[in-house]
Amino acid sequence: MQRRMTLLWIASILVYTFLYIPLIIVVIFSFNNSKLNAEWVGFTLHWYQTLFHNHEMLLAARNSLIIAISASTLATLLGTMAGLAIHRYKLKILPILAFTPVAMPEILLGVSLLLFFLQVLNLTLGMFSIIIAHTTFCIGFVAIIVRARLQGMDDLIFEAARDLGATPWQTFYHITLPLIRPAIIAGALMSFTLSIDDFVITFFTKGVGEPILPIQIYTMIKVAITPEVNAVSTLLMLLTLTLIFVATRFDTSVLRSESK
Amino acid sequence: MILTSFRLPGEFGGLAPIYILPDKANADSGLTIETYQFFFSDFIYVEVFLKSFAVAIFTTIICITLAYPLALLIAHSPRKFRNLMIMLVVLPFASNFLIRIYAWMIILGPESALSHIINSALAFFDIAPVTLLFSPFAVLIAMIYVHLPFMILPLYTNLEKHDPLLLDAAQDLGANAWQRFWYVTWPQSLPGIFSGSALVFIPVLGMFAIPDILGGTGDIMIGNLIKDQFLGTRDWPFGSTLSIMLTLAVLSITGLFSWFARPTGKFA
Repeated sequence: MQRRMTLLWIASILVYTFLYIPLIIVVIFSFNNSKLNAEWVGFTLHWYQTLFHNHEMLLAARNSLIIAISASTLATLLGTMAGLAIHRYKLKILPILAFTPVAMPEILLGVSLLLFFLQVLNLTLGMFSIIIAHTTFCIGFVAIIVRARLQGMDDLIFEAARDLGATPWQTFYHITLPLIRPAIIAGALMSFTLSIDDFVITFFTKGVGEPILPIQIYTMIKVAITPEVNAVSTLLMLLTLTLIFVATRFDTSVLRSESK
Repeated sequence: MILTSFRLPGEFGGLAPIYILPDKANADSGLTIETYQFFFSDFIYVEVFLKSFAVAIFTTIICITLAYPLALLIAHSPRKFRNLMIMLVVLPFASNFLIRIYAWMIILGPESALSHIINSALAFFDIAPVTLLFSPFAVLIAMIYVHLPFMILPLYTNLEKHDPLLLDAAQDLGANAWQRFWYVTWPQSLPGIFSGSALVFIPVLGMFAIPDILGGTGDIMIGNLIKDQFLGTRDWPFGSTLSIMLTLAVLSITGLFSWFARPTGKFA
């Protein structure tokens, strides 16, 4: 038994190393005073400076933020409704409809959205189409989270509210909403992260014009690799880490209130 | 009202691939099956499909091999450490997808330490140096890297639910460590493996960014074909045909996996 555990530990540590080494390397080389990502020359903040003077990049970051905020707001709104609907009406088709975009390869969603925008809606591709596209794939994630939260709760609580004379709206506002709030917040944070990170769907629905952060990174990787990419990457990682940290703070508070 | 508000977005994203694409394919080519005939007439396209399947299968198998020990260890760890260990698995996967691919560009690049080590080792045995980047190897390793957490999480969720008493019982009945694993743990973990495999296999099948960035010119997959048809040559009907093929492949695989991953009797 003991030997088996040691073997497991070794294998696991190797897997963890495999997961972390690449990212650590990216971060380290963002401070490297060399144009090549090959060997350590010396410490510098030069790449961060160039980054903050890169007009295109800043614009892309701003656009991505706008998209992520709008898309996550919309997706949270619609996804919460979807989660509630799936929970309330036990139709088998509802979860399938909402979760399919989550399970399909992204490229299929990207292609079909492209066709949908151009052929059905006659839309010019741009910020607006990206926001719609991101909302579409985030709804499913929010719905899953909200529904999971609702499944863990006792439905009698809603009936009790109605018995005490609350209107449906009051029930929702005073009972349902506070109860599912952690799920809504988690869903919103997740949508935001998904949206700001998404490359494939953005790639298909972006059209020409406005620079978007992941596309900008993609172009940099494809065309000219400089440690500037490392600098952007490091900053993005920091952002995601912060969001996850915030999310887990909410999560643990949920756990605590449940264990009381 | 909630119902309708929900149905619109659901259908919008969910059914779009099924509704719109055949429609498109037909409308543009004047209702023919020409593009489908074209797909099968040229072996190149079928070959790309087969190659994508091969990549997906390899990735899935290697992911299972790497994920299993870690998932097992986490499931056997004291409860208070489990969340932290899972968190450590999820953290790198929260960083941008392109960044994770880019990291492998650095590691596998011709000037990287790894390339130097491997090539000097090869030189020692008088073998010509290899380029790691822009090769099928690079594509495979990045595929594994990007999708590994999708295998670890479902496996862990499954392993964690196992009743430890079963292992004790097996030991009482005289089973050694290996037998206990093979006859008790492994069969119970199959649903976890299948749901993890679905989560790895399907995205790998449709991936285009990884072969695009890390692969050589010969390493294209279905995703690259589709991307080129839509954004490169602008042959939308044929692109749609390819998408339909991919959709069919994904649907049949999802069906297959969910059939395998269905809860089986008392182990559910």
